[in-house]
Amino acid sequence: MSKLLKPAQAGSVESSDILIMIAPAETGAGIKVELVSPTMQQFGEQITNVIMQTLVAQGVKDATVHANDKGALDFTIEARVVTAINRARS
Amino acid sequence: MINAAGRIIPDQIAGLGKIRPYCGPFATTPEGRLTGPKIRLNMPRSEKLVKSIEQAIEAAGLKDGMTISFHHHFRNGDYILNQVVEAIAKKGIKGLTLAPSSLNDINDAIIPFIEEGVITAIETSGGRGKLGKLMTAGTLAKPTIIRSHGGRARAIEAGDLKIDVAFIGAPCCDSYGNINGIQGPSACGSMGYAMVDAAYADKVVAITDNLVPHPVYPISIPQTQVDFIVVLESIGNPKGIASGALRISKDPRELLIAEYATGVIEHSGYFKDGWSLQLGSGGASLAAAKFIKEKMLAQNITASFGVGGITAPFVDMLEQGLIKTIFDVQDFDIPSIESLRNNPNHLEMSASYYANPHNGGPIVNNLDVVILSATEVDVDFNVNVITDSNGVIMGASGGHSDTAAGANLAIVVAPLIRGRLPMVLDKVNTIVTPGETVDVIVTERGVAINPRRTDLIDRMKGTGLPVMSIEELQKMAYDLTGKPKPIAVTDEVVAAIEYRDGTIIDVVRKPV
Amino acid sequence: MEKKLRRAMMFMPGNNPAMLQNAGIYGADTVIFDLEDAVAISEKDAARQLVHNAIKTINYPCEVAIRINHILTPYGLDDLKVVLAAKPDLIRLPKAESPDEIKQVDEIISEAEQKYGFAAGSINMMAAIETAKGLRLAYEIATASPRMVALAIGGEDFIADLKTTRSKDGKELYVARSQLLLAARAAGIDAIDTVYSDINDEETFIAEVNMIKQLGFDGKSVINPRQVRIVKEIFTPSEKEIAHAERVITAYKAAIERNSGVINLDGKMIDTPMVLRAERVLAYAKSAKR
Repeated sequence: MSKLLKPAQAGSVESSDILIMIAPAETGAGIKVELVSPTMQQFGEQITNVIMQTLVAQGVKDATVHANDKGALDFTIEARVVTAINRARS
Repeated sequence: MINAAGRIIPDQIAGLGKIRPYCGPFATTPEGRLTGPKIRLNMPRSEKLVKSIEQAIEAAGLKDGMTISFHHHFRNGDYILNQVVEAIAKKGIKGLTLAPSSLNDINDAIIPFIEEGVITAIETSGGRGKLGKLMTAGTLAKPTIIRSHGGRARAIEAGDLKIDVAFIGAPCCDSYGNINGIQGPSACGSMGYAMVDAAYADKVVAITDNLVPHPVYPISIPQTQVDFIVVLESIGNPKGIASGALRISKDPRELLIAEYATGVIEHSGYFKDGWSLQLGSGGASLAAAKFIKEKMLAQNITASFGVGGITAPFVDMLEQGLIKTIFDVQDFDIPSIESLRNNPNHLEMSASYYANPHNGGPIVNNLDVVILSATEVDVDFNVNVITDSNGVIMGASGGHSDTAAGANLAIVVAPLIRGRLPMVLDKVNTIVTPGETVDVIVTERGVAINPRRTDLIDRMKGTGLPVMSIEELQKMAYDLTGKPKPIAVTDEVVAAIEYRDGTIIDVVRKPV
Repeated sequence: MEKKLRRAMMFMPGNNPAMLQNAGIYGADTVIFDLEDAVAISEKDAARQLVHNAIKTINYPCEVAIRINHILTPYGLDDLKVVLAAKPDLIRLPKAESPDEIKQVDEIISEAEQKYGFAAGSINMMAAIETAKGLRLAYEIATASPRMVALAIGGEDFIADLKTTRSKDGKELYVARSQLLLAARAAGIDAIDTVYSDINDEETFIAEVNMIKQLGFDGKSVINPRQVRIVKEIFTPSEKEIAHAERVITAYKAAIERNSGVINLDGKMIDTPMVLRAERVLAYAKSAKR
């Protein structure tokens, strides 16, 4: 799996979207996810899990992710993370 | 104790004393007699005009610990409440209970005075913005009491809410205190909420920017109820008081909701000549007005009366002869104000006539159909309009529980999800309107009928409406959003939701 | 097998999550998720991923189509690479000009069907004719692959190609519409009319829908729910038409039973085209009830 080469972002702050900003981290640093969401209590854990699981599935081991959520559903979150990773790898 | 709505209510609430739990929409029989203001003496040709708000406060004998009231007919164009509270603060008066008919964003300005202890308790229909957050934070010495419009009128008339001084913003006031709301630069239309305060408060101060020679006509609040008059440059911002005609929603989701709601009405059995309706002022409601009007024209049906919260689409139907009479407790826009002024079939009514459950019959008891909004609903058809998904007070009880209890058909409209938040939950954060008074929930993805209404369930068969069980509706929402975690709250009660009959249907606990 | 109705095919911008998740509630016969004109070049990658996810996750109650970028652009092939895995029902090719394009996409889809274990032929295609050149080969394009189920006319681009402007009565598109329809009919597939983009001019829209229905079109591309509503209404047969169609079918069935060669209704002879027309009316009526 190729490493992240540069910071990248995908998505937007439009309603029902999520803005994912991903940056490479030092090898061994692991994955750090920072989430801002209007539904932190109700779905904060769920959203963070989706981001983490997508990173893992895409073979990303070390990264910092900042997510600005505007009520995105899981399918959108996953898509934006995948796109951000692809952009960070190109 | 657990009340009849299934909510855990403390037996006692600090600052509110012993609690009477909700037992059902009509389970509680009232006892006793109506209360009344102190008997007054007014000398012939005496002068009611005082020079300033400060003088009025003195003349009214306002002291620490008293209760003051205001109406909210000026909405976010209101100057009165903030100015009076500021003047009271300057006089060093403290510990007051503030009992306005409702609060708006513009009233955030009084927060410093709450923090100073000028105001230590609030009884109202709702709170928004920073004030709503403050109420939720439990900053006040006593929990806030939230009442519906009908419930507030009941409480005032029964003496549960004793108003010492009512400050009434008066768009048109003559030199002896006859007031109406339809003339003047700050015209607001109906004075429905203020009428109850004026009739029952011990002292009434009229504040106007439009003093006219005595006698004025028509009279919404008579001189017999008014003690003092203050004249200001301006009592409100016309732009905040009434909008130009509200634009009907173009949002396709809202239009779809409106269409389904109209379909439910059409097939409910209540849609026939002589029917009556109430519409909210939300986007889906206004859009529904348009569809309902089209069906009324197509099927040659007229309504015997309409109730509200009046907006231009309603007035439009009145003018076209589709509605015979409008009963008006407040006006939202300029066309509505003008209609009240000019149309003899457009009638002003008090909050008590509108919705007080403990009189000879409020108009909601004659209502066929009402369309209401919601912040959340649950699988028992309970409705929340007061707190958001995080348990923060941001809305108002309004006439919601009143109309739902009185009407033959209570329809609640809401999008199935707002952002990522599902609107159909296991349990709403706060019950304002109990499920047994809610007949139909309409979303853009499905329509759920209260299982109690087997008649409606039958009638909706074969109509093509997307009828499903409330559980299926919830599942649809949860399939999209996932199941939300409940929000964490402490034990501290920060607000009591009083049902229209004076019992407590739910409480708001302070979020963690 | 009941014929798939495509009266209203609603376009949704592919990079808009709110629109994708709500696309299915407006009653369109087909939703078209657009990766082409509605998506900025810098977002082509994001859009195809989002559309892929939406289709995989959301259970749409209607046909799901994707308008990919033309395969001669840098994006079209990547679009297919990502979205086919989600098993859309229909791939719409823009600006089709040659049957070779159709064949190329057909092959890519066949490979994907095999790779992902989808039933062969389960993903259909349609093509939009948007240039004079494309119109000349409309029939060849329509018959270039058994996956082809519809031909559409892309009005805006076509008018630009003709070097003229849009008018209210659409006379500049008269020949193009007719030729497209003829090609579709000869090929035995659907003819879909172009988008009308002025959502505030309902009167002209209604007139246009009535006109193309009269010409024989099977449906129209639309861009918002209100247009969906209008198109379906206009394409829904009236009570009179339904009643007549039912009588035609009844007379036809009775004649079959009698083994009679001639079918009669109200003193007039019923021939095969009339029966087919009646079946079509009843199919529309049945679908309108849902």
